[in-house]
Amino acid sequence: MKLPVSRHRWGCLQEMDNYRIEIPEFCLVALIGATSSGKTSFAHQYFKSTEVLSSDFFRGMVCDDESSQTASGDAFDVLYYIAEKRLSNMKLTVIDATNIQQNSRKKIIDLAREQNVHAAAIVLNLPESLLQERNKNRPERNFPEHVIRQHCRDVRRSIRNLKREGFRFVYVIDSPEQLAHTEIIRTKLWNDKKSEHGPFDIIGDIHGCCDELELLLEKLGYQKTEQNYAHPDGRKAAFLGDFCDRGNRNADVLRIVMDMVKSGNAIAVPGNHDVKLLKYLKGKSVAMTHGIDKTIAELEEKGEAFKAETAGFLDSLISHYVLDDGKLVIAHAGLKQEYIGRGSAKVREFCLYGEVTGEFDSYGLPVRLDWAADYRGRAAVVYGHIAGTEVKSLNGTHCIDTGCVFGGKLTAYRWPEKEIVSVEALQEYYTPVKPLESQENQNIGDLLTVGDYNHKMHLTTELFPAINIQENHAAAALEIMSRFAADPHWLIYLPPTMSPCETSTLENYLEHPLQAFAYYKNKGIQNIICEKKHMGSRAVVILCRTPETARNRFGITDQTRGIIYTRTGRRFFDDLRIETELLDRLDTVLTNSGFWEDFNTDWLCLDTELMPWSEKAQALIRSQYAPTGNAGIMSLSSTVQVLEQLYQNHIVSGTESEISPEALLTKYQNKLHDMQNYKKAYQEYCWTVKATDDFRIAPFHILACENKVFSDQKHLWHMQTIQKYITGTDPVFMATPYLCVDTSDESSIEQGVNWWLSLTASGGEGMVVKPETYIAKSNGSLLQPAVKCRGAEYLRIIYGAEYLEPEHLKRLKKRSLSRKRALALKEFALGMESLSRFVRNEPLYKIHECSFGVLALESEPVDPRL
Amino acid sequence: MLLTITYTGQNTAELGFLLHKRPDKIQKFSLNYGTAYVFYPEVSEQKTTAALLLEIDPIDLARGKLGSKDGGLFDYVNDRPYACTSFMSTAISRVFGTAMSGRCDSHPELAQTPLRLTACLSALKDNTDTELAEQLFAPLGYEVHTERETLDNSFPEWGVSPYIRLTITGTVRLSELLNHLYVLIPVFDKQKHYYIAEDEIQKLLSHGEGWLSSHPFREKIANRYFTAKRSYARKAIDILLADEELPETSGELAENSESEKISYTPLNTQRMETVKNAVLQSGASSVIDLGCGECRLTSLLLNEPQIRHVTACDVSVHELEKAAQKLHLDRMPAYRKNKLTLMQASLTYLDKRFGNFDCACVIEVIEHIEPMRIPAFERVVFEFAHPKTVILTTPNREYNKNYQFMQENELRHGDHRFEWTRAEFKAWTEHICEKFDYHCEISGIGELDETSGQPTQMGVFTRNG
Repeated sequence: MKLPVSRHRWGCLQEMDNYRIEIPEFCLVALIGATSSGKTSFAHQYFKSTEVLSSDFFRGMVCDDESSQTASGDAFDVLYYIAEKRLSNMKLTVIDATNIQQNSRKKIIDLAREQNVHAAAIVLNLPESLLQERNKNRPERNFPEHVIRQHCRDVRRSIRNLKREGFRFVYVIDSPEQLAHTEIIRTKLWNDKKSEHGPFDIIGDIHGCCDELELLLEKLGYQKTEQNYAHPDGRKAAFLGDFCDRGNRNADVLRIVMDMVKSGNAIAVPGNHDVKLLKYLKGKSVAMTHGIDKTIAELEEKGEAFKAETAGFLDSLISHYVLDDGKLVIAHAGLKQEYIGRGSAKVREFCLYGEVTGEFDSYGLPVRLDWAADYRGRAAVVYGHIAGTEVKSLNGTHCIDTGCVFGGKLTAYRWPEKEIVSVEALQEYYTPVKPLESQENQNIGDLLTVGDYNHKMHLTTELFPAINIQENHAAAALEIMSRFAADPHWLIYLPPTMSPCETSTLENYLEHPLQAFAYYKNKGIQNIICEKKHMGSRAVVILCRTPETARNRFGITDQTRGIIYTRTGRRFFDDLRIETELLDRLDTVLTNSGFWEDFNTDWLCLDTELMPWSEKAQALIRSQYAPTGNAGIMSLSSTVQVLEQLYQNHIVSGTESEISPEALLTKYQNKLHDMQNYKKAYQEYCWTVKATDDFRIAPFHILACENKVFSDQKHLWHMQTIQKYITGTDPVFMATPYLCVDTSDESSIEQGVNWWLSLTASGGEGMVVKPETYIAKSNGSLLQPAVKCRGAEYLRIIYGAEYLEPEHLKRLKKRSLSRKRALALKEFALGMESLSRFVRNEPLYKIHECSFGVLALESEPVDPRL
Repeated sequence: MLLTITYTGQNTAELGFLLHKRPDKIQKFSLNYGTAYVFYPEVSEQKTTAALLLEIDPIDLARGKLGSKDGGLFDYVNDRPYACTSFMSTAISRVFGTAMSGRCDSHPELAQTPLRLTACLSALKDNTDTELAEQLFAPLGYEVHTERETLDNSFPEWGVSPYIRLTITGTVRLSELLNHLYVLIPVFDKQKHYYIAEDEIQKLLSHGEGWLSSHPFREKIANRYFTAKRSYARKAIDILLADEELPETSGELAENSESEKISYTPLNTQRMETVKNAVLQSGASSVIDLGCGECRLTSLLLNEPQIRHVTACDVSVHELEKAAQKLHLDRMPAYRKNKLTLMQASLTYLDKRFGNFDCACVIEVIEHIEPMRIPAFERVVFEFAHPKTVILTTPNREYNKNYQFMQENELRHGDHRFEWTRAEFKAWTEHICEKFDYHCEISGIGELDETSGQPTQMGVFTRNG
């Protein structure tokens, strides 16, 4: 077969018509031309400098000499390496080398195939005499005459083979005049319909079920006019292929689809059955299996015109479309991420048949690879091909073939609403070879893949645009997740760390509320809320009304219906009976208060403090806090005893000694007193739990429930809602005292300080100061969602019994909060992101990356006392 | 922290001469980690007491100015400023150095005379090893008296304090007493405040001269003195024993906390050997060691010509670093190195790198996984890695009754989330075989106890078909 080559007859210059070179906006371009033919200047005239990979440049790069032929091997290695990276990133790439040998062009074609892009050749076939003259004027790179002659001959010979070699587009420039009037036009790829925003009603495999198709179109609101269906709101149907075979009205389906596409009321991609039908219509022999016989019989009856129209229609279909700014992709059998927006035989095959192993299962059906389990693309992929009982959604892909022809239903996926609309099949038209895939079989997606997490990560959140996770921190997070964390399906939120307020400038305080108030005031926040800080352990509580909700909404299969976990995602109680009992009590409280109905949800996620502290910190208390107090009192009381003896016995003559016994005794009496206070401070937070009644849970954020993250509600709402629905009936669930402060009002500030003093005088931990709104910004940047302000006595547990001694406090006041605050913001952003992703039903791996990110950030070294 | 030394007898005020410190003054000494005071709370004809009070700055300690160059090793909330530790030994040698050497120019005979001396230390940490004080001091001729409180009297259920107040009384030379204290205080609290260099062996031997080599608990002393440096302990013991004629019967070696190590080490060796043989028997040539720890199994497998490749993975980067050191990865010959891949991996995440191995070994790993994550582990290993052979070992809980040092219902390791009885293990293997189409042979490793079986149970799973 003779392949046409676009070669312009360049006779009539006076018309000033430009020579139009049309290439796809994303493709691999080879410049072909003899040395001195001006490829490099051409490339720089028509392409961005970053698009052009020039062999001369890479020769220079690897050995400092652009004309060194011995460096060619290395130079091309680097060149192709970069070309591959660019194509992976879907960037047009130009290879600026002579490319006059077939074997060097073969590498280009191979790369294009591997990357599923079209290759284009632009040949500079200029007269030899011109080149010889140019060459003479290039003293720095003078080639012998015969080299140029040979090159020109090679170029001329190459031209006719280019199409056959695999270049989809070939353009030849024969003269300097033509060159001068060349214009390059970058065309959109056929599959690129990004500018079409729908809205769409994507309809799965029809297989000749025309009755159901008509019912579905009607249900979707399409109105039947003469010979056509159109939607009054301008919606478009998008057919996923497999229009015919097995059903009872195949030709009618084709009629509707063709008419709707023709009138612009639908778009369509082909399915494997359609391609087989096309093959038949083109006169090739096909096996009369899988129901094609019914279609053929119907078409034969319809006559030649219909057959020709159908053939023309099917032949014109593009195997996949990228729609709505790249947010939506449709293809019959789906499409893996690296194929989206590309075009090649391989991509087309995938769109039609999916990915098969080449093996066959016990039903004689091809074994498929589950590309959707590995899918990590941003675009939603809606596809059909594999009939299931329900729509199967995984990692942003949705298989909507619900087996209508097998007696299932015909399903439409509405975009951008993401709603599913189905009509039940009127009958079973065809018995499936094997039972339809049910929910139970689609389980691969619920496992996380390590490849998503064990490297440097860049996380994008709504509140904090770029969060980078270093590789070593990711490794630490992987260890903590693997060894301690609960089932990742539950980890829809990990709480952020909280920074203390700035160090107090007051003499006897390390932390004081004035600094916390000032922080928000200086950032322009007038209204703040102070909440009592319970001295317990942070606990996230998730409760579903039933184990079925846990299963369907969270993917939890062990029949539990909730969990209580720590800030590092570890299950709070080893004894599951305690967890169950606490969750049951919470359910009772919520049910009695009408929460479930009022919030129209069957699950809830709460941020709480769980007491006593000694329950979770048992090991720490017994190995560090109590022993320190014990050793301290033992040692200091002995010391005070001998110093008293020294003082009473008047052994030391005051003049002789630089240190008086009295001073030393006083010092140690103070130390002993400090130590006794320290012991009191930690004892305050310990009590022995004998029954579930002894626990206290103080919720302070209603984080999320079905369809809702409550970060748009003020803290006052959270406090009041918790009081209304959760606390006050069962003593386990405890309200959090709070006080609103107006930072512009001195008396209100004073009230706030006094409240803090009264909270901490008896050893309370202190309070948390928050802006009135859940998310607060100043000049566009996120503010600390909360700062803590800890009591003076309590801080003995953190900074040691004697920290208030002036010479200690002076040094302790030198502390830096910036690192802690940066972490607090990032972790807060990740926590909120995680919840929104879960509420939006995003895939597990997208939710997990947020919790994972929080743990990774927490492994960064930061002063643990803050 | 406080040390008092009381001299009872006649003319006891002479203690001041022996210690080279005047009784009529509070003397202050700046040490590089704090301040020491020496004073005499009681001076009389019959009884004189000297006190060494050591004051350590808790802030400097916590901020890493003391004890560690890295900082952050010590917490603000820390017993170090109060408990009697190696800081005290250092203070003794600094402040009472001359007395320790037995020199007293003004009263040379007195320095050489055994005197009635009582030393009192508060907050000495023996970690409730109630015998320790007696074991250490009684053989040296002291009457030993200890007092112990509860950890926190408001919470009796928290148990007793790990600290004692120690009083020892004996008729010894002052220099002997000081040397005894210098060596034996750090034996109580194993954590030292300074980096232990090899010259520490010499220090131990010189301060222990004349008494340590004949001390019945000298091994224990050396081992605890060099807790973090076993090799130093061994050297010191060798030198101590070299003075002895008779070969040691080492009755005290099988003592308390070390006994675990002694009975456990051979079990581990036995286990590795058994697993290695099972791997070879399976015909595998490529193996993945899931949860390799310090790579004991991996290094055994690398010696086998049948094994062409071993991938060793662990979830802990720290473990992998240790493994790389133990395997001498940096200077491993290229041939051997090419057979080995060392990588961080998790058993609860899908991992493409787990595919294509003949055999996977999961040795003493499953019991470290949270129960709710076991289903994920099962699928990662049996469904996705899906090797022909999986060799898995785990403790047999029933056997624990044979370990005297273990309490009832205690697990063998603090990180174990569960331990299975033989029936539980069997049930689990059956569940695996049914779900993932394997068959399994169960056996045991280690000494056989008639009623409770063997300490380790092993399952060799083979893929059907």
